[in-house]
Amino acid sequence: MEKWENNRAWFLVLPVFVVVAFSAIIPLMTVVNYSIQDIFGPGNAVFVGTEWFEEMLTDSRLHDALGRQFIFSGLVLLIEIPLGILIALAMPKKGWGVSASLITLAIPLLIPWNVIGTIWIIFTRPDIGLFGVGINSLNLLDVPFDHTARPSFAWITLMAMEVWHWTPLVALLCYAGLRAIPEAYYQAAKIDGASAWSVFRYIQLPKMRGVLTIAVLLRWMDSFLIYAEPFALTGGGPGNSTTFLSIYLVKLATGQFDLGPAAAFSLIYFLIVLLFSFIFYQALLNVGKGEKIA
Amino acid sequence: MRIQKRTLGLIFYFVLLVVPIYWMLNMSLRSNADILSTFSLYPADITFENYIKIFTDESWYSGYINAMIYVTLNTLMSLAFALPAAYAFSRFKFLGDGQMFFWLLTNRMAPPAVFLLPYFQLYSTVNLIDTHIAVALAHCLFNVPLAVWILEGFMSGIPKEIDETAFIDGYSFPRFFITIFIPLIRAGVGVTAFFCFMFSWVELLFARTLTVTEAKPIVATMTRTISATGLDWGLLAANGILTIVPGALVIWFVRNHLAKGFALGRV
Repeated sequence: MEKWENNRAWFLVLPVFVVVAFSAIIPLMTVVNYSIQDIFGPGNAVFVGTEWFEEMLTDSRLHDALGRQFIFSGLVLLIEIPLGILIALAMPKKGWGVSASLITLAIPLLIPWNVIGTIWIIFTRPDIGLFGVGINSLNLLDVPFDHTARPSFAWITLMAMEVWHWTPLVALLCYAGLRAIPEAYYQAAKIDGASAWSVFRYIQLPKMRGVLTIAVLLRWMDSFLIYAEPFALTGGGPGNSTTFLSIYLVKLATGQFDLGPAAAFSLIYFLIVLLFSFIFYQALLNVGKGEKIA
Repeated sequence: MRIQKRTLGLIFYFVLLVVPIYWMLNMSLRSNADILSTFSLYPADITFENYIKIFTDESWYSGYINAMIYVTLNTLMSLAFALPAAYAFSRFKFLGDGQMFFWLLTNRMAPPAVFLLPYFQLYSTVNLIDTHIAVALAHCLFNVPLAVWILEGFMSGIPKEIDETAFIDGYSFPRFFITIFIPLIRAGVGVTAFFCFMFSWVELLFARTLTVTEAKPIVATMTRTISATGLDWGLLAANGILTIVPGALVIWFVRNHLAKGFALGRV
């Protein structure tokens, strides 16, 4: 669609700019301030330059947390995106099943994040949880299942929770994309005798590119910034095995009052998310650009 | 045959989706002593004592009211700010429009955990700590950009000729926008409101940091179930179930819009 050129459109955008700037720019400047100063109290701060940034480069616990964060977000994307597409493809296209599916899918999304953690504690506890008691009664494991006992158990519980919680969002978005495909496309494919796979590959997948971009970006950002759910479920343990970046940074900032290093790294954190979001965005925009879309 | 297998798979998935919630419901209908002493797949001895405790103690139920107030405020604010802006992005080319759009989206990417302290200081400075408006305003940080993003998609689906015809007919911009344009994208408004409600309702960090008692939401109050005698699982579960109810109601009311909105818009 050809757009009108008119700089007065800024008046329509101005309220948004003001309200978001108030909540975004002022706190961001405060964080920048922290990151280059050593703060002893109100009005008592010393300029330290890049000291905190240098300290961050040698903090091995921080590097571990960053590594865990990348593994976690990578797994999240690898599992949730294909699973979400599969669910969207299986969902009914008309009748009462549509509303029923949409409502069921939307429920996990509307549960407060720390309640999600609570649900999964109750569900997987070895003494009262259905999953915990169930898996232990099968006697498959050499030690009883308890997500506080072993890092691997904690990770499995966390991944199960994360997939349970967020795959519905991917499915909902993909479903929206699929519904936007005109029926004529399918009829044409049927006449051509196209297989189910080629219908998916050459019609459905290209048409879902827009919603998939949104899904990948949202899942990437939110999983990389995750805090409340692992905090409620494992508290970062056992040991530090599920201490993700946000959890570590909050410990630094509010637990030990190491504001400078925490602020310095949160700026780097922000830049990492930005950089990867930009890469994903560009990659998804350009992938398949060369081929002819049906 | 293939269709059936597919449907079976879907039903299996939906069962997995519901089971953890069912388990919490099961726990919420039992007393704590019962939970800890016997393992049972269903509440054999149903008791509503957990729910009664929540509904009769103001320090519990006020959490729900507080959360409802700021979530509603935030949804209304997000829509009011985002509607004109989304119109601008979908209809006009203006200086810095692309940069502005991207900047808005980047606000979803800031790690909230570390912005907590600056937030507390900022809202203390303007005397808004422990008010509903503070939380609503803070949640605008991620909801307004999202609302602009979704609404812009819906608005771009409406041909520009409609605007042109209306202006030729002598409509002023505000009158056109409110009486013609917004009704045209009402499915989009519904979907946007749903997302704003959702992200504001589920958020914990800002809501907990910016409130003390007067505006404290239930998600923050819930931590009280840990007492000297250990966790009260029944009470915790009842609280959890009650936090699902408003969301379930919202889904029920927008279910038709949601199906239509997801089908029509680019989301």
